[in-house]
Amino acid sequence: MTATTTQSTLLRRAWALPQAKIGLALTVVVVGVAVLGPWVGPWLTGHDTTSFAGKPFQSGGIAGTDGLGRDVFTRFLSGGLTLLIYAVLATALGLVLGAVLGMLAGYSGGWLDSLIMRGSDVLLSFPQLVFALLAIAMIGPEGWLLVLVIGITHAPRVARVARQATVAVKDADFIRAARMYAMPRRRILLREVLPNITGPLMVELGLRLTYSIGYVASLSFLGLGIQPPTADWGLMINENRIALVVEPWGVLLPVLAIAVLTVGTNLITDSLASAAAGTSQSGKPQTAKEASA
Amino acid sequence: MTAPATLTHTLAARDLRVDTVAGHPVLKGVSYEIAPGEVLALVGESGSGKTTAGLAALGHFRRGLVHTGGTVSLQSDDGEPVSVLEVGDRERRSLRGSTVAYIPQDPAASLNPALRIGRQIGEVLETHGYGTSAAERSARIAEVLAEVGLPDDESYQRRYPHELSGGQQQRVGIAMAFACRPSVVVLDEPTTGLDVTTQTLVLRTVAALTTEHDTAALYITHDLAVVATIAHRVAVLRHGEVVECGSAEEVLRAPSHAYTRELVTAVPHLDGTGATSTSAAERPESVTPESAGSNGAEPDGVGSNGASADTAEPDSAEADSADSNGTQPGDAAPAATGGDRARTPVLSVSGLSVSYGDHRVLHDVSLDVRAGECLMLLGESGSGKTTLSQCVAGLGEPHAGTVSLSGSPLATSTQRRTAEQLRSVQYVFQSPYSSLNPRKTIAQSVELPLRTLTDLDATARRARVAETLERVRLDPAFGDRLPDELSGGQRQRAAIARALVTTPEVLLCDEVTSALDVSVQATIVDLLCELRRELGTAMLFVTHNIALARHVADRIAVLRGGEVVESGTVDEVLGSPSHEYTRELLANTPRM
Repeated sequence: MTATTTQSTLLRRAWALPQAKIGLALTVVVVGVAVLGPWVGPWLTGHDTTSFAGKPFQSGGIAGTDGLGRDVFTRFLSGGLTLLIYAVLATALGLVLGAVLGMLAGYSGGWLDSLIMRGSDVLLSFPQLVFALLAIAMIGPEGWLLVLVIGITHAPRVARVARQATVAVKDADFIRAARMYAMPRRRILLREVLPNITGPLMVELGLRLTYSIGYVASLSFLGLGIQPPTADWGLMINENRIALVVEPWGVLLPVLAIAVLTVGTNLITDSLASAAAGTSQSGKPQTAKEASA
Repeated sequence: MTAPATLTHTLAARDLRVDTVAGHPVLKGVSYEIAPGEVLALVGESGSGKTTAGLAALGHFRRGLVHTGGTVSLQSDDGEPVSVLEVGDRERRSLRGSTVAYIPQDPAASLNPALRIGRQIGEVLETHGYGTSAAERSARIAEVLAEVGLPDDESYQRRYPHELSGGQQQRVGIAMAFACRPSVVVLDEPTTGLDVTTQTLVLRTVAALTTEHDTAALYITHDLAVVATIAHRVAVLRHGEVVECGSAEEVLRAPSHAYTRELVTAVPHLDGTGATSTSAAERPESVTPESAGSNGAEPDGVGSNGASADTAEPDSAEADSADSNGTQPGDAAPAATGGDRARTPVLSVSGLSVSYGDHRVLHDVSLDVRAGECLMLLGESGSGKTTLSQCVAGLGEPHAGTVSLSGSPLATSTQRRTAEQLRSVQYVFQSPYSSLNPRKTIAQSVELPLRTLTDLDATARRARVAETLERVRLDPAFGDRLPDELSGGQRQRAAIARALVTTPEVLLCDEVTSALDVSVQATIVDLLCELRRELGTAMLFVTHNIALARHVADRIAVLRGGEVVESGTVDEVLGSPSHEYTRELLANTPRM
């Protein structure tokens, strides 16, 4: 209850910034397309995502056909949902895992801190995409693996921010008081520490969501994410890029959608970051940007 | 002290008005003037606008504040008066440091840690084009260092700020301010972070410099005892208005405004008169441990037990009774037998030693606190007093020696103490601004010890919290609020409520008043005294302020460099101090 009041002040402050409104509008448009698209698409165009609408790379219909003669607009409308779901799941996984590890490391200190943070340093030394490629090459392009791998690669980055924010509050008197009242560590982290580091974590949430969208789309583009014949934005870019000059919509529509979504979530993240920077009590919000830079 | 008779004013502020950007008034027409060589003290509590009024003399307003009216005129030694708020930025910047100088509160933060102190003073001189040659400037550096009572030799000038003590750092800050022989200096609580001995030195330095150079000084402070020592005239600020202005003698001895009277009476006195209006009057002037013990028991209607207070009971029996009390968290158990145990220590510390590496923080400290008694642990920063109280609370580092509660030894860390022991020893933190979780309501914070240390159900806990909030004179309706919706005093009450909610036998108060304004400080001290009488709780009152002794304590232990150098009843220690250090403390404590 209290956490929501303070979080809502953060959201209110963020909302007062113009970029938050623009960001939210952009995000809502793309999310709306992605969520409603699969249902509206066939009704709007009269085609299924996998049914043949005409000859390959023709300009009939709203956005023409792709290399296999399927309707591009229908496929575009249905291609966002999977991507979005994977991205959200991966972000959630990374954030929860990272926050838990980071708080544990920051609060406990000592060998546990070293173990967690040096372990995550090892993970950080792999480029995120390379790590994902490795795992997918070994196990195969499964949806759950995509979420798991991207989530895991987010975790050390979130953990750094969470650890830093935790260290900033862990010596506060109210935490010492909780220790004095023999509160178990789990509850101290959950009840005393977590509500005081939500600012930086909110910023991380936005940032990681943006990255997740990018990664899922990239992996699909490389043929390692979502597999054909499923309609997917990343995949569509790859399928239609050979006809970019003849029939550009198959590439342009998904590129635009991904770009708008990324810019939108980034703007929201930015406004959250500046709102958090304004409130002195929410730890050190700058660390969120520094650590992820 | 009287003001030097002069007709001109060096600094005059007229009808100064300042608002926040949002339109909330901070200063509502403040006027003051200072003659050459005069020290004007600007007194007020936090939020009264005293710093805003002081910084206006430099033509500076903090971010978020806008100047909406009034003028500040500055008369330098040679020439026309300058209107500080109307001149251009560049001109104003050249005034600062040369004609009007500022001495900030925290000396350590105001000095550049990477520059040697001689260089830092030299920089001020260069910026303002003091003198014509480097030789002249370096002569001035040595001169001004000598003026503030620091060594002026080359090797001292080559030191870095971190090689100096807090008092020396502040004197370097003063030297920087006085380097260009300004006509006006603004001092913003320059002694707040310093201990009393250093404070006296700094105050003397400031007084000597202002008289010697006929400098007008604006001294911003909340400490009326300091005002009495240094100021010629006093302006009392409240809610952005000057409520009273006059000579220091007049304002402090015969205050005309009700608010000033309140402030003056709130100041704790070494001789015990004045402050803590209600309880000091009701309480006998000197409370011996024996009478304190029975005092504690009386309100609970077990006065008959008080008769046996003088006949010592066997130790074991008392330890047993303490144990059986502890198992019933619901009642005011410790008070009920307070009379019986008046003579035996409820808390006993013996041979306590703590070291960080080679650095010895506490060395062989032994203390006893009897039931219902208040022991004042007096020490300056670095004396180890907080380390000691945290060791008792179980928050400290591993230590040698024993801490025992009613005869049974306590484990070093809270994790290995029993719930009953944890309930019995409670700790009130120094700053109410950091001791309450900003994201939890007051009721949630106060309820915390009950949740973890007792098995009361939710209804009983809620009732208990409301009862305790009332006990600390806080409306239970505050329970639903967040800490930042409360004032500092209210927060400290809530923190005290959290400590009392388990009816502890020993209450550790770590500098509980030092983060609060003077008048609020007095009410908190009052409250603690009343609670002690109502509940018979033994108290270890840790403080640096010897002036509080008569208001709260029965006995005093003086801690210095990790050792107890003197202990005894309040009368003994204040009346005939045996240790040199205590005498020095007493001599340096500013009086009104």
